Amino acid sequence: MTTPKKRAAPRQTSAPGARTPAKKSARKTAGASAQTGRRGLTVLIATRKGAWLLHGDSARRNWKVEGPHFLGHIVQHLVLDPRDGRTLLAAAKTGHLGPTVFRSTDLGKTWTEAQQPPAFPKREDGKGRAVDHTFWLTPAHADEPGVWYAGTSPQGLFRSDDGGVTWRGASPINEDPKYIAWMGTVQDGTPDGPKMHSIIVDPRDPKHLYFGMSGGGVHESRDGGQTFSLLIDGLDVVEGFPKNDPTVHDPHCMRMCPSNPDRLYQQNHCGIYRIDRPSNTWVRIGRNMPKKVGDIGFNMVVHPRNDETCWVLPMDGQTVWPRTSVEGKPAVYATRNGGKTWQRQDAGMPVSQAWWTIKRQAMAGDTRDPVGLYFGTSSGEVWMSRDEGAKWQCIARNLPEIYAVEVGEPA
Amino acid sequence: MKVLIPSPLLSYTGRAHVDAEGATLGALLADLERQYPGIRFRMIDEQDRMRRHVRFFVNGEPTFDLGLPVRPTDEICIVQALSGG
Repeated sequence: MTTPKKRAAPRQTSAPGARTPAKKSARKTAGASAQTGRRGLTVLIATRKGAWLLHGDSARRNWKVEGPHFLGHIVQHLVLDPRDGRTLLAAAKTGHLGPTVFRSTDLGKTWTEAQQPPAFPKREDGKGRAVDHTFWLTPAHADEPGVWYAGTSPQGLFRSDDGGVTWRGASPINEDPKYIAWMGTVQDGTPDGPKMHSIIVDPRDPKHLYFGMSGGGVHESRDGGQTFSLLIDGLDVVEGFPKNDPTVHDPHCMRMCPSNPDRLYQQNHCGIYRIDRPSNTWVRIGRNMPKKVGDIGFNMVVHPRNDETCWVLPMDGQTVWPRTSVEGKPAVYATRNGGKTWQRQDAGMPVSQAWWTIKRQAMAGDTRDPVGLYFGTSSGEVWMSRDEGAKWQCIARNLPEIYAVEVGEPA
Repeated sequence: MKVLIPSPLLSYTGRAHVDAEGATLGALLADLERQYPGIRFRMIDEQDRMRRHVRFFVNGEPTFDLGLPVRPTDEICIVQALSGG
């Protein structure tokens, strides 16, 4: 299907509260100039009611809002293929239509629908699972152009070898009773169903994969998804449950450091963690966060060139889990020493009565120097920092509930 | 036979009234899929279950049976119940 799409006329947004140029706070690193492109970036916004693109200039100072795409669709994830800089995939459904994947090869000017979206095999015994929505999209290895992975709810790992046109199950785990038990049901997971997420491909080896299941733990494959092993040692679980049961493990977001693929960071339901492979044990670096803030949240962003630096956006995880900015005072926290210490970064953000929720896919970083950071709130605002979190500004508001934020480098 | 398409699926058909053939409701949906690729999966999941907010009416009578025989003179109405805010 070709989706005729009506777009609102692009409007220039002069970022509210725009500031004078921020002093560079990051050190130049080797190779940084090659990564500091002259072209603008595109921030990809997936929301509960459609998708929008924010096109920025090369200075990341002025942003044009373009959209909506798929107005009324629940768009869980919108990702630009870094291998060609023009292929977009959108994981979408509506409240009353089944899930699908839309694909554009011209940066969203036109879209076509996947011929075969992610779907579980038909079972004749009536016990087969059905994909409710595709939740996560990951472009695969640079040496595998056109290959993508998808994580779904109910949880399953899918793969496309043709740029998202057709999808198939990517692993025997989709039909493995042990895994299906770990994956849980809609009764066990997040409000609209357990989710497979954080599908990571090792840049050194296309067969080395990780993913997170919320709930169901962290899993690793060395053979392209044929077999997986658990990677949950060191992770805490909710009190009263056994730590060796993957079902009760709830990773929220996991990222691999591009500069050191042996290091991963994770924001979990029970804290912030780091692992340095080949160790199989996660270390709770969130213990070093300020006590009154805690280390609960959904996001994790890693520095593209420095494996000691990552950012989180803590949420209130006390009592009934409001999952809002702690005390209504939003802030990003950064570490520049692998989690030994954390610094609060809230300059430019509201100082009170801002009860934001930022979902696990709704925070991202670019690869410029200094790194730009971006997040979207469930109240429809997009915030960014051009200086690695030192200062923040709102670059879009009044959007629907934001589900995901990604940053792309258009070709 | 005549099939009334709900507005959320008009992006596939381009019009509300279309013609489709089949001896059963399931066969009719297969014919719709042939004519309008992708439309069936938005209504019927991979286990051949009707999606939660999709309803089918044959001559005004609701049905949940994809094996229901249908005749060329029947009128099929597909309804999408909106859910949530």
